[in-house]
Order: sequence, then C-alpha cells, then structure tokens
Amino acid sequence: MSTPILELRNIRASYGSIEVLHGVNLTVGRGEVVALLGPNGAGKSTLIKVASGILRPSAGQLVIAGRDATGASANALARAGLCTIPEGRGIFPNLTVRENLLMATYSGHKLSDIEQSTYARFPRLAERRSQLAGTMSGGEQQMLSLARALATDPVILLLDELSMGLAPLIVSELYQQVAAIAAEGVSVLVVEQFARTVLGVADQAVLLAHGKVQAFGKASEIGEDVLASAYLGS
Amino acid sequence: MQELLTFTIIGLSTGAIYAVVASGLVVTYTTSGIFNLAHGATGMLAAFTYWQLRFDWDLPAPIALFITLFILCPLFGLLTERIVMRGLQGTTEVVRLSVTVALFAFMIGLANTVWPSDGSREAFLKFFEGNTVPIGGINVSWHKIITFGCAVVVAIVLRLLLFRTRMGVAMRAVVDDRSLTELNGGRPNRVAMFAWALSAMLAGLAGILLAGEQQLNIEPLVLLVINAYAAAIIGGLKSLPRTFAGAAVLGLLDAYYLQFSDNSWFPQSFMGFGLSGIRASIPTIVLFVALLVRPQSRLRAGTVRFREENKVPSWNTAVLGAVSLIVVVVGISGMLTRSNTLFLLNGFTLAIVALSLVPLTGYAGQMSLAPLTFAGLGAVAMSKLPGDGNLLTLLAAITIVAIVGAAVALPAIRLSGIYLALSTAAFAVLVTKLIFNQRQTFMSGNISVPILDIPFIDINSPRGRLILSATAFSLLGLGVIALRRSRLGRRLIALKDSPVAAATLGMNLTQTKLAAFAISAGIAACAGALAGDKVSPQQYDFTQSLPIVLLAVVGGVGTVGGALFGGLLLGGNAVLANAVPSLKNITKIMPGLTGITLGRNPNGATSQISEKFRPLLNRWGIISFSALGGVGIWALDASRIISHWAFFIGGVFWFLAVMPNLIAIVDGTSPRRWWAGAIALTGLAVSLGVDWDQAVDSTGKRLLSLILLVAIFGVGTQRVAENAPRIHHSSPDLLGLDVALTPDELDNVERELGVTI
Ligand SMILES: Nc1ncnc2c1ncn2[C@@H]1O[C@H](COP(=O)(O)OP(=O)(O)OP(=O)(O)O)[C@@H](O)[C@H]1O
Ligand SMILES: [Mg+2]
Repeated sequence: MSTPILELRNIRASYGSIEVLHGVNLTVGRGEVVALLGPNGAGKSTLIKVASGILRPSAGQLVIAGRDATGASANALARAGLCTIPEGRGIFPNLTVRENLLMATYSGHKLSDIEQSTYARFPRLAERRSQLAGTMSGGEQQMLSLARALATDPVILLLDELSMGLAPLIVSELYQQVAAIAAEGVSVLVVEQFARTVLGVADQAVLLAHGKVQAFGKASEIGEDVLASAYLGS
Repeated sequence: MQELLTFTIIGLSTGAIYAVVASGLVVTYTTSGIFNLAHGATGMLAAFTYWQLRFDWDLPAPIALFITLFILCPLFGLLTERIVMRGLQGTTEVVRLSVTVALFAFMIGLANTVWPSDGSREAFLKFFEGNTVPIGGINVSWHKIITFGCAVVVAIVLRLLLFRTRMGVAMRAVVDDRSLTELNGGRPNRVAMFAWALSAMLAGLAGILLAGEQQLNIEPLVLLVINAYAAAIIGGLKSLPRTFAGAAVLGLLDAYYLQFSDNSWFPQSFMGFGLSGIRASIPTIVLFVALLVRPQSRLRAGTVRFREENKVPSWNTAVLGAVSLIVVVVGISGMLTRSNTLFLLNGFTLAIVALSLVPLTGYAGQMSLAPLTFAGLGAVAMSKLPGDGNLLTLLAAITIVAIVGAAVALPAIRLSGIYLALSTAAFAVLVTKLIFNQRQTFMSGNISVPILDIPFIDINSPRGRLILSATAFSLLGLGVIALRRSRLGRRLIALKDSPVAAATLGMNLTQTKLAAFAISAGIAACAGALAGDKVSPQQYDFTQSLPIVLLAVVGGVGTVGGALFGGLLLGGNAVLANAVPSLKNITKIMPGLTGITLGRNPNGATSQISEKFRPLLNRWGIISFSALGGVGIWALDASRIISHWAFFIGGVFWFLAVMPNLIAIVDGTSPRRWWAGAIALTGLAVSLGVDWDQAVDSTGKRLLSLILLVAIFGVGTQRVAENAPRIHHSSPDLLGLDVALTPDELDNVERELGVTI
C-alpha cells in the first residue's frame, strides 16, 4: 500500500494543563473515507484541530503524505490542500456569501471558478450571494461551508459534525455531496454523531472515547454492540 | 450667509482631518481589538518626519511625502504590530490599553529627544502656501481643499479595499473568526500587520495635514488627534460611514462655535466661570455624549481566563510590609539631601495615586485614565475648605471627591472596557479645561494646599511630609488590602471575572461599580490633599495621568506593592533625569519602553519580584538573618563607618541581590553554594566598600552603578546557585493540578463519583 495521506502518531493534546488526547494513532489512506465516532467530549473535535494545525500537539507526530507536518501553521496546511470544515458553522457570519467564497481563493482557485461550481451545486446560494452569511438558515450555511470543500478540490478533507442541528433530509443531502467528493478520490476524515448516516459513506471507522482509540476497523464491520458500548459506557 | 459658508468650509476641512484619523483607529480596533491611544502620536511623529525631510533637508514635497507616507509609516505600523501588539492576545483590556499608552509615552519622548523645542525651527508650510481659490466670494486655501480631497479619497479607497479586495475581506474575516480564516488559508498575522501599516499611514496623512494648519508642536498635534476619538466612537468603532459623518459634525460644530462666540450676545462666562475653555472642549463633550447614548455594551458571558492573576497577601505580610516601609522611610529620610527628599516625596505621592487604581482597575477591572484629576480635585478641596488643613478638612475633602467620583461614574456606569476608559479621559480633559484652568480655582497659576494639621506633631518640613506620605501610603495600602478581603472586595473581583455570573447571582453591578469609583477617587484625593505645598494645574493635567496609569499597570495594578513600585519608579525616573542631564533623553522614553514589555508579563513587575521572595515565607531563620543583615548595614551607617550612599546601595543590593538567593545558598549542594555565597559576598563588599561620594561624581552614575551591581552579582549568584538542587515548597492545593491527570486516574474519579460518560 502507498504511504497514507494523513497519519497521527501517538498524538497527545491538552488545553492548558488538562490533557484531552492521550496518545492517539490514526491513519487515513489515499482516497479513503474514515469516520471518526465517539461520545460527546471524547476528543473528536480536538483531534480535528490537531490534524488541521490549529492546535499544536504536546507530543506525537502529524504526518501528511509521508512528511512530518507537526507544528506547521494551519494556514500553510490549508494552502497545501488540507481543507477543514470545523465544528459549528464554518462560515464568516458578517461577510456576504460571495465574500465567504472570496476567502476560499487562498487555495489558489479563481473566484469565478469557485462561484460557478458552488452555484451549480447549490442553486439556493446563487440567489443569496449578496446576503450576509450569518442571516441564512442553518442548512444554507452548512452548504456554504461545504462549498469551499467542493470547489477547491482539496487533497484531504476534514469534516467535523456536518449534521449539527440540521434536519435529517438536509443531512443526507449534504452527505451525498461528501460521497461525491470521495468518489473523485479525495481522502476524507469525517466526525459524525449520527453513526448510521456516516457509516454508509465511510470505508473505515475509528472509535474514540476518553481521548483514546477504543476500536477501529472496516466501517461495514462495526457492529451495533461496539457502538452501543462506546456511546453508553461499558 | 456668506460667513456661514466660510465657516462651513473651515469646519468640513477640520472634519476631514478627524475623519482620516478616526478611520485609522477603526481599522486597527476592528481587526485586532486594540484601541490605539498612540494613534495620534503616530501622526505627530509622521508630521515631524515629513518636516525633517521636506523643510530641513529640502527634499521636494512629493518625494518627502512618498518616503513618509508610503515607506516609513507602513514600516512603523508593521513593526508596531510585530513587536508590540502581537503578544497581547488573551490579555485584559486594561493591559492592552496600557501598552498603547506606553507606546504613546515612548513616541512623545522620542519626538522630544529628536526634535527638541528650541524654537529655531524652519516653519512647517501648508501645501501650496499662499495659494487660494475663491469659493462663493471668499478665499479658501488650497491646503484646505487638498485636506478635504484627501478625506474623500481615503473614504473611497477604504471602501474599495475593505469590500473589493481579498486583503480587505480577510481583515473583516479575521474579526469574525480568526481560526476559520486560517483554515481558509489566510494568514491572520499578515492581515494584522497590514491593518497596522494602513492605520499608521492614515495617522501620518492626518498628522501632516494638521501640522500645515496648526504648526509643528507636539502637544497640540497629539491632543487634537485625540479629539478624533469622538468621531470613531460615534461610528461605534466599527462603521466607517458613521465615523466620517461624526467627523464632519465635529468639524462643523467647532467652526460654528468659533463663529457664534464672536458675537456680542454670546455669554462669556457662566456663574462666574469663564467659558473660554469651551471651544477646546467641544470634541470632548461630543465624545462624552456619544459614549453616553451608545447602546449598552453587552455583558461578557462566562468567565474568561486571563493571563493575569494575583495572590491576596495575608494579614501578617501586609502589616509587616506596612510597618517596615514606614521604618525604612523614617530611617533613611534623615540621610537624604533636601532635593532627594522632595523627589522621594513626589514618588510616594504618585504611589498613592497609583494605589487609587488598585481597587478600581486591579480588583474590579474598570479602567480609569483620570486618577490625577481626582488628586487635583482633592488638592483644590483641601485648600478651599475651611479649617486650614486639620484632619476634619482632610476627611471632608476625601468625601467630596469620592462623591464626585461616584457621580462621574453614574452616567458612565453602563459602559465598560475601552468606552469607560475613554469617558474617564473625557472627564479628565473637561475638568482640566473648565475647572483647573480657571482663575477662580487656581489663582495666579497655583494655589497652596495647607499642610495637614495633626495635633502635637509638627510635619512642617520636607522630611516630615515625606514620613507623612509614606505613612499615608501604608495606611491606605492596608485599607485596600482589608477591602480586598471583605465582602465588597469579593464583589469587585466578581465584577472583573464575570459580570454576567455576578448579576445572575443577584449582585447589584451598579452599586459595586459606584463603590469602586468612589473609593478610588477618595484615595486619589488623599494624594492631592496631602500635597502640603504650592500646586499648579499642570501637575494634574490629563496627559500626566497616563504615565501613572501605565506604571501602575507595569508595577502590577492588582497589588499594593505594584502601586508603590510604579509610583517610586516614576519618581525615580525624575531623579535620574534631574541628576544626569545626559540621561534625560533616556528617561523620557523609559516609561514607554517599560510598558511595551507588558505583553510578555501582564502580571506586572512586582508579582515577578515577589515570586522570588515567596519561598522565604515560613523560613523564619532566613527571614531573621535577612533582617539582621539590613540592621547591620544600617548600624554601619549610623556609626559613620560607611556613607549614606554606601548604605543605600548596600541596602538595595542586600534586598534585591542577596535575599532572594539565600534559600538557594542555604539549601544547595556543597561546591556550588560556596561559590554562590562568594559571589554574593563580593558584590556586597563592593557595594559597601566603595567610597561612593568621592569615587563617583553624580547621583545618576551612582544609581547606574547600583543597577549594574545588582544585575551582575545578583544574577551571577542566582545562576550559580540555581543549578544546585533545591527543595520546592509549593502550596498544597496546587499539587497535582499542574500535572495532567492520567486517564486511569480520571476513570477512577468518574467511578467514585458515579459518573459514566
Ligand atoms: N478550548 C477548550 N478549552 C478547554 N477544554 C476544552 C476546550 N475544547 C474542548 N475542551 C475539552 O476537551 C474535551 C474534548 O472536547 P472535544 O470538543 O474534542 O470533544 P468532542 O469529541 O468533539 O465532543 P462533541 O461530540 O460534543 O463535539 C472535552 O472534555 C472538552 O471539555
Ligand atoms: Mg466536537
């Protein structure tokens, strides 16, 4: 197998003096979709922060495409093709839709191309291009944040709880888009509380609890019992 | 009618300058959350630089302008962001504001040094001096038209920049969500640097335009630009169009006032007070009104963990400190020359003023930029009230000023953070202009404050006043510590930590804030009322307040020791300037330089120093030994074996260089502790043995030698002793929490508590 695109080796991370990740190992292969599951407070978002370069791990290595990227700044990683949609709404509420897309041009793509691809996928956003992003509905906001991933064809995509606060219909619509990105060969690491939704899209699944990987394997093989014990406590 | 047109044009041109300045303020405030009080000083520095290039070195105007505005200003902005402002993330508004005050002091000092005002300077000319165009029958100078044009261009360029370019959009994006900007690939640090560079250019442009109208003088340039703050506040520190509108209104108000005040029907005085100060106060009044009608600032939800924290001293420490301070001052006051006594006296007065900030700023987290104004009011009250300075008069003066303090706070109570700070600044400027600068208040330029009349004690000498002020500081300091330990003290802390939580728990925020202001004003009033000498309004000017605020924060505004340190440092700075003329320039920029380092150590200097002494607690053997050493040095002096200077230098050396290292020396391992001890002894021998009065010829050089001695021998001792293994005495409640709990421990705890996730 070729070198994995994203590798976390023995990552420890803490906020102040409280350690949240206690040595996590995780691998995302090229073109793979990996689902990161776990109960609230397990450290999933923290792990995404480490992988995207926002939070510096206190120990361990972040390896991207075989190269050590520990300590690289988030903006450098972003320009190198690592696209992150953070928890909550990954948009700038006080910028218009169009200005939000302008911010995506740091990836090296032209604004006109980004706009075209976005409005083709989400016609609703085209009508709202001059509206402040913060005044749109939750679903529309999440479309806008996903648009950055879709239009800038990243090498790796990190997604943190796309579904938060959204109706199931919109969620499955969004995940169809994620599946489409994955089909184009983009490697994806996706955090999701709705295990069922995401396991349909994912190749691999990793179960995180108490800041440690509790189980991992093929997404299709993760059984109800494993999930239940992870979420309900053993 | 024609007259109205003239004044409208004049007003709009003034407003144009305000607009350019204010837009620069808004740019940095929105992108970095720092309200740059030094913005006006930047413009002043740019105007001087332009003058240097254009009129002193005779470069052509376009080249001089290009160099100043497009090379030096942006460079200055970049460096400011990189060196000073970037370290300020996660600090309180108080620290952030103080750092800009420091920058302000630094730049004024710099300008004073490079361009001393000896009056023989080439004139600063307007653009196209002498050229005018007739508009509606009157002649308007080209300079005014250019000024107006500049504002229009700035408005258009800023609009395009912020909404049409990616850099501009990124500037707004950083405000929205900094880390998301990074996730998009934007570089927030670069954006901030760009914003500061842009802001410095705008300040520079305004400074140059203003200097053409006003001539090149430091104070009016800096202060006139302060007026533009009003415009920025009208724009809510956010909206550029409203900022421009505000600036226009300000300019017009000023011009129309000028026009109408010439009429005979216009009142020249009100209730006996002259109204000549009104014109200069217009922007301040507008600022005050704009602040008051602002929508209530939203309370910050949740607790915010700031980088600053201070420990509350125990009663033993506090009383010990107060008593030793008085004893030391009584001891050394007999040895000082008259002028040094006066300087130390000044230091203690400033320390009391700084102390007034401890409950207000340090505990309650409310920034005031007007501590000296209250001191001035205290001095006025003391001299005007009957009783000729007896204790009752003092009490009455304090009470009156405390009430005034609360009254000032009352309208401003809805404000917080920067808005509150600005409203106290506005108050200070108003009091200076409308009350202090009145013949009724300060007759012939100064008034004499009666000396405090305590029965049976005669304090009618500089030495007596020095001891009085040190005692007053100690007592007030104890009072402040008592306050901190009281119920009200805990409320003040709650006000700082989380206003929302405090309010939901049923605390009355308004009452607490009023109390903080009243107490602070009362303490400051003491400093003025105890002056016991002739005082002049200049002493209590708003600009003089800024260094005090700054040094209090540098010293550590959360502690009484910090106030003492700050006040004495400021007083000592004056000694240094006076004693060594060659150091005068350094002392001018010193307060600024010290303050700029605040970002690295927001707790202030005293907490750092006291951290070194903390291990001494409970080591009574070592404490007695330290005290014995001090007494020994004093005895050497008292028996005339060493001179006063050797006593002073030896004493300070003992305190700063030897005492903090004693534990390391006592507890250390063998070879190293002997070496460390030897270094400390050598230093002490030099401090005591040198014949300072003969060998060194000025006070300043002696102080410099002292600093060098402490730096070399003190640090040397510490370095050598430090590597020796030591026993750590850490507080039991800290044990375990600075080490992360392991997951197993966490699981254990969760099991014990019956929690399962
Ligand atoms: N900024 C922070 N400061 C301090 N602690 C934090 C911070 N962010 C998260 N934590 C703590 O770290 C732990 C892990 O948080 P994290 O957000 O990674 O969990 P999560 O798995 O994403 O949970 P969720 O499913 O609720 O989003 C939690 O206990 C949380 O309280
Ligand atoms: Mg999360």
